[in-house]
Amino acid sequence: MKHKVAVTVNGRKHEHEVEPRLLLVHYLRDVVGLTGTHIGCDTSQCGACTIHVDGKAVKSCTMFAVQADGRSLTTIEGMANGDELHPIQQAFWDEHGLQCGYCTPGFIMAAAYLLEQNPNPTEDEIRRGLEGNLCRCTGYVNIVKAVQSAAKTMSGAPARKTQVVAGGN
Amino acid sequence: MAVTQLVGAKIHRREDPRLITGHGHYIDDFTRQGTAYAAFVRSPVAHALVKSIDITEATKAPGVVAVYTARDFKGQLAGTHPAAPAFVAEKKYVPERFPIAETEVTYQGEIVAAVLAETKGQAADAANMIQVEYDELPAVMDLEKALAKGSPKAHESGPDNVCWDFTYTPLDLTEAAFKEADVVVKQRILQNRLAPVPMEPRGVLAEYEGFDKKLTMWLSSQNPHFIRLFVSGALGLKESQVRVISPDVGGGFGSKISPYPEDYLVPALSRMTARPVKWIETRTESIQNATHGRGQFYDCEVAAKKDGTLLAMRVVQYVDVGAYHGTFGAFQPVACLMAGGGYKWKGISARTVGVLTNRVPTDPYRGAGRPEATHLVERMVDLVALELKMDPVDIRKKNFIQPEDFPFTQNFGLVVDSGDYEKSLDKALELAGYAELRKRQADLRKQGRYFGIGLSTWIELCGFGPSAATAPATGGIALVESAQVRVTPTGAVIVYTGTHSHGQGHETTFSQIVADQLGVPLDSVELRHGDTAEGTSFGYGTYGSRSLAVGGVAISKAVGKVIDKGKKLAAHIFEAAEEDVVFEHGNYHVKGSPDKSKAFGEVAFASYGMGLPEGMEQGLEAVAYFDPPNLVWPFGAHVAVVEIDAETGTAKLEKYIAVDDCGNIINPMIVDGQIHGGVVQAIAQALYEEVVYDESSGQLKTGTMIDYLIPSMGEIPPLILDKTITPSPTNDLGVKGIGEAGTIAASIAVINAVCDALSPLGIKHVDMPATPDKLWHMMKEARK
Repeated sequence: MKHKVAVTVNGRKHEHEVEPRLLLVHYLRDVVGLTGTHIGCDTSQCGACTIHVDGKAVKSCTMFAVQADGRSLTTIEGMANGDELHPIQQAFWDEHGLQCGYCTPGFIMAAAYLLEQNPNPTEDEIRRGLEGNLCRCTGYVNIVKAVQSAAKTMSGAPARKTQVVAGGN
Repeated sequence: MAVTQLVGAKIHRREDPRLITGHGHYIDDFTRQGTAYAAFVRSPVAHALVKSIDITEATKAPGVVAVYTARDFKGQLAGTHPAAPAFVAEKKYVPERFPIAETEVTYQGEIVAAVLAETKGQAADAANMIQVEYDELPAVMDLEKALAKGSPKAHESGPDNVCWDFTYTPLDLTEAAFKEADVVVKQRILQNRLAPVPMEPRGVLAEYEGFDKKLTMWLSSQNPHFIRLFVSGALGLKESQVRVISPDVGGGFGSKISPYPEDYLVPALSRMTARPVKWIETRTESIQNATHGRGQFYDCEVAAKKDGTLLAMRVVQYVDVGAYHGTFGAFQPVACLMAGGGYKWKGISARTVGVLTNRVPTDPYRGAGRPEATHLVERMVDLVALELKMDPVDIRKKNFIQPEDFPFTQNFGLVVDSGDYEKSLDKALELAGYAELRKRQADLRKQGRYFGIGLSTWIELCGFGPSAATAPATGGIALVESAQVRVTPTGAVIVYTGTHSHGQGHETTFSQIVADQLGVPLDSVELRHGDTAEGTSFGYGTYGSRSLAVGGVAISKAVGKVIDKGKKLAAHIFEAAEEDVVFEHGNYHVKGSPDKSKAFGEVAFASYGMGLPEGMEQGLEAVAYFDPPNLVWPFGAHVAVVEIDAETGTAKLEKYIAVDDCGNIINPMIVDGQIHGGVVQAIAQALYEEVVYDESSGQLKTGTMIDYLIPSMGEIPPLILDKTITPSPTNDLGVKGIGEAGTIAASIAVINAVCDALSPLGIKHVDMPATPDKLWHMMKEARK
């Protein structure tokens, strides 16, 4: 039997009939068609599927789509404002906070919630705050730097923007 | 190279905007109209005969398109998995492998049936309805027992469990040296079996178009061209009928090099059902089936003089091959060839034994053979130092190959191209505050605390790799690299490389090289890879830290050819002799008359026009292959500082210093990132990770991320990085590889620190992973 699900994703309303067993992450990827939210495990360890549900960071593999009925969701695709990157996205770019990029959307979503809760985290608070997300490429060094740099930008320090440097003449 | 503006600069990655906004394209982001989903039924036991498979119920399940077992693939798939003859001349036994088992399963996870359904959920449901009856056989899980006479066999039909047994250099070679020794140190050193665990699991989408007889497959791969070669062969297609696209790859670490059963089965399923077919691995399938790394032990003996002079080493390597010979699994014995590290030895005798077990096959995993070599030599050197009561720094410095010795022919005839080992060690010691640390250690020891300092002075061979050395090891195809550079009429530059990034940032690094060489802006250069329908006819992929040192040099060569053609054309336009035309800062001009000048773009446009010099064809493009004359030899020195909790046995990394030398650097930000990641992966091997099977049943006990411990941010200390730069004489760019350096260096820095910390208890050696449980027991035992 299918159930109706009505959600707002990145400001747009969606309504679908879904199987009750459909996970929210599969709903977002396969039904809504937003593939920026990734799946890296089956056991809620890796955090690659982190999104915001009513403003709170949630691993979207831990919820059924039907549980999201009536909620407002934000995915990685909803973070930038047009061409203008969210300061955390910008910071991940500036600080080389990603390599293969697969875990990155989850990290950005988790970091956004962390900074909302704690706009000025210490390094230790960042490391403990993002323990629920796994990365296999970066050794976390530059992810920590990116979150620190985003915290600075978001608290009003002037933004540093990466631009591709033009070479030659 | 013309001007250097971009090479050496911290250029932010061009691939990042799509990846940080959720617009990357990983394998699971692709679906074709009308796709059916595959699920595989896998053996739940390590070793058994398949008595019967009942598919009746599954066939009737909702949404099921088809259910197939091994017999259905006969006539669809030919041959067995390719097993590279690599590096081991004497193979005893290579069990035949078909992508789907028919009569015997030899590891937990081996495929016995395939289900296709309209949705992923339906495919999984139906797979659960298939009833397989197994007759269980004893599982071979212990390397030593597997070699004993009368041991159960990993394959019923095999002669025994010996995959290979090869002596590189016999024992008598080192006999004299051992006789003159003042001390002989012996140690068995274990290498824990590891799961690569890239964050993106594997996956395949295949579409066979029956009327065109063309197969397109998308898969997450480090080397799409080799997949095309293997899959076309197995499906009886020409390589021209197969297009392999490897899109953004979410990490690989070696586990996405070899072809897998699903890489053959999914396209076959598409051809059998005339539907596009998709399969995405679950994490448990990944840990269970993606090739593992390491899984070895070494019996080592070192002979030395009283003054710390190292004389000779004896090493026997035992490799857990797994149930089948990994495609590049026989690369692991390279650990024997690298066992001498950065030191001078009178002799090294080495033997390697490959042992079949009922576990998933092992294959290269980040570093492949070289982390094992560093681990064993750096452990043995510390044990000698401990025996002689020497400082680990002094014994290293006493035995290093010296800068003036390069090029240095080591004990196995490999030529180490360059190095300055003492310089990197000194730098690392200074950054660590080594003398201070030793003082602090003495104080802490008085308080009964276990504080240790560990060194790793590592060397690496990479950049595979001279055709003469690699062709015999890869079935005739030498590991060179190809590149194509195409310049459009408006001067846009499209570069194709046969390597393929899985996080290394090639779109950025390679473009930096090209833009500098041509003197054009970075955004005029487009780097493309990962699609066998584009670029050169064959590419060799990314592994073994080869992309820049081989692929980057091939690109630079192809750009050189384009510049040369442009020069001929410019000379014609200037009505000057070709040798009077120079190319600088993106402009051709006549020597001595800078006013007579044409920008590269203008010459590109002219090359598509009329009035070319006699005999010149239109267009501006070139192909180049680079066959390096030697391997490249990065090196460095790492220092780990560890304290072990006396109550809990927890090893806490307080500080980690890495000084690495990869020759000239194109993008320092990317180089640092590679080192960060590699070091942390090796710290994880040293302290946390291990694939554990139940020794009697062969059941995998670490099949999820709950049980297999990938470290999170909380476990990892800040890393302090620095570098020395010793350009490689092997290639024109002076570059070496850096992708594996961290994993090659770091496990032993941590373990040497752990051993150093526990030495007051009389503990000389600790194997990986140094978990709290293991250390607590060792400490308890030692205190008795």
